[in-house]
Amino acid sequence: MNAVTSVASPLIALVGNPNCGKTALFNLLTGSHQKVANYAGVTVERKEGVFETPQGKRVRVLDLPGVYGLEAQTLDERVMVDALLGRLPGEQRPDLVVCVADATNLRMNLRLALAIKRLGLPMILALNMSDLAERRGLKIDTAALSRELQLPVVSTVGLKRSGVESLLKELDSIVLPANIGDAKTDTSSTAQQLERDHAEVTRLLRIIGADRDTGESTSDRIDRVVLHPITGPAILLATLFLVFQAVFAWATPLMDGIETGVAWLGEALGSALSEGLLRSLLVDGIVAGIGSVLVFLPQILILFFFIIVLEESGYLPRAAFLLDRIMGSVGLSGRAFIPLLSSFACAIPGVMATRTIPDARDRLTTIMIAPLMTCSARLPVYALLIGAFIPQQRIWGVFELQGLVLFFLYVAGIVSAMAVAFVLKRTVNKLHAQPLMMELPTYHSPSLRNLLIGLWQRAHIFLARVGTLILSITVILWALSSFPAAPPDFAGAPIEYSIAGRIGAALAPLFAPIGFNWQISIALVPGLAAREVAVVALGTVYALSSTDGDPSGSLTPLIAATWGLPTAFSLLAWYVFAPQCLATLAAVKRETNSWRYPLIMAGYLFGLAYLASFLTYRIATALS
Amino acid sequence: MTSLDQLALHQPAVVNAVQGADAAMTPELLRRLAELGFLPGERVRVVARGVWGGTPLAVRIGTSTFALRLIEARSVQVTPEPLQHP
Repeated sequence: MNAVTSVASPLIALVGNPNCGKTALFNLLTGSHQKVANYAGVTVERKEGVFETPQGKRVRVLDLPGVYGLEAQTLDERVMVDALLGRLPGEQRPDLVVCVADATNLRMNLRLALAIKRLGLPMILALNMSDLAERRGLKIDTAALSRELQLPVVSTVGLKRSGVESLLKELDSIVLPANIGDAKTDTSSTAQQLERDHAEVTRLLRIIGADRDTGESTSDRIDRVVLHPITGPAILLATLFLVFQAVFAWATPLMDGIETGVAWLGEALGSALSEGLLRSLLVDGIVAGIGSVLVFLPQILILFFFIIVLEESGYLPRAAFLLDRIMGSVGLSGRAFIPLLSSFACAIPGVMATRTIPDARDRLTTIMIAPLMTCSARLPVYALLIGAFIPQQRIWGVFELQGLVLFFLYVAGIVSAMAVAFVLKRTVNKLHAQPLMMELPTYHSPSLRNLLIGLWQRAHIFLARVGTLILSITVILWALSSFPAAPPDFAGAPIEYSIAGRIGAALAPLFAPIGFNWQISIALVPGLAAREVAVVALGTVYALSSTDGDPSGSLTPLIAATWGLPTAFSLLAWYVFAPQCLATLAAVKRETNSWRYPLIMAGYLFGLAYLASFLTYRIATALS
Repeated sequence: MTSLDQLALHQPAVVNAVQGADAAMTPELLRRLAELGFLPGERVRVVARGVWGGTPLAVRIGTSTFALRLIEARSVQVTPEPLQHP
């Protein structure tokens, strides 16, 4: 017989219904000693951590996805069941299962506990949120429950340091069988099995004294306001506006600070080193590249701050409830609203935020349309073109024409996103009628610990995964734009001599039908790094001597004189659709765990961009 | 006997059965409803309706609350209980 304490670094698995507080318990046990990755080949997050019991034993713990049953319909459920049965490639089978149950909702949580018990793994039942149960007047006879289930039963509180004491004590004293034997692999829960489990749970609840009706809870009272036909949408609008403001406005000073810091660093290096390749690589390549990665961090942290708070508090499903009608009509989940809203600031945190959408298809659809939301990086391009070509006029005495055009561009982004979602719903997703069946869990006040750990995880994922991709892309584009270096007597702009220049020149015939001149064609190549780079890139191509900041001052009269109106409108249409942002594609690659979807996204967006530009150019030419 | 989507707000009822009312409600989806707790004999009531078109429904089943679309709610056959009078 082996005690948990004598097996070298045993692996335990945390399982339970969604919203049972399992993750808070995991955070309490492991603190920052946790690693987040993906299970091999799937987009299911794998969370593993370590902790020490009071007797000094090192225990590894896996936080498995929350499930409602073992029927294994969704990807999360399949991975969870496979993990418990040791069927996941490269994964060790857990030595022990800790089934976490919400003590205030044993009616549902115990059903899963019974199903898990049937798998035959050594098991401890943890009645979580036991403080809330007490407050509601539920006195649960844990000894009786333990007797009936023939399992160790402990009470836990996921939010207090002392809340895991009984669990740790149990882990120190539990004795594991030497040979688990083959687990019962029949996980099917037929209707009869469910009804049998339900009857058993009803019997257990009566025995342990947990079957009384506790009446209307605080949570119910809050919902009377939050889901009310009038106050509900009002609260929602206020919340969404707050999030939007925060991600858009509050992040700006932080982002400016980072950009200033990076520019300072670039200048410092620039003056310290002599002119040449190394300086250019460090300043224009690496420092600029790192800067372009770090600049996203404030928006990501602010957005995920709100997402984690809204998710932890339990408000997010209520928001999805209120929005389900609109979002559902174009085949999106109600939960898609936050990712899409934040995409107005930047699609990268938006794409990362789709993590809160449980259904894989809904999530993918949302990711696919997120870049169509008019992100803030398009503004410099829009501002340049509108400033150069749209006269400052008043329409109907009230509206500024320039502002109207900008508003129109925003609306075009939203409408095209809805249209693409609708097309996807009718074609690719047609046979996939995903139900709603979404839980509205009890409201909780968010815990600071969970918030900080969650933010740290998101930042780490972004910097380690997306960041390295963005940095590589920036350096590669820098190289393409700098090599080969133009000889001193070269007549044109230095960039024309480089590979990027030659690629652009080669693309010029392709862009001619949509009205782009060769300068635009070349500028679009380094412009792939990020949308706002286009303005700087144009400056480079026109060989403007501005070395600091924004060349649009000198560009505006230049392009107003040399381009035609149709070309300007065509470029505007191009920027509504085109994914001139490899950083977004890098984020999509990370979130979908494959190159396939970023390639599909790039393909369809460039296709739409070309079509839109073509139509715009031809129509504008015909009308002028 | 009626279906869940027909219940008045806050009207207490008891689940009779879960059966497909529509081709879109596959056996898997029906089993999912059962997994969530929509089982014969369970207390159920609608606690909120969506603002536009009365969809989705927020439904209290047992001690849990779930949001269901109309098509999902239609699959739950219920018997209204008489309201408790103080």
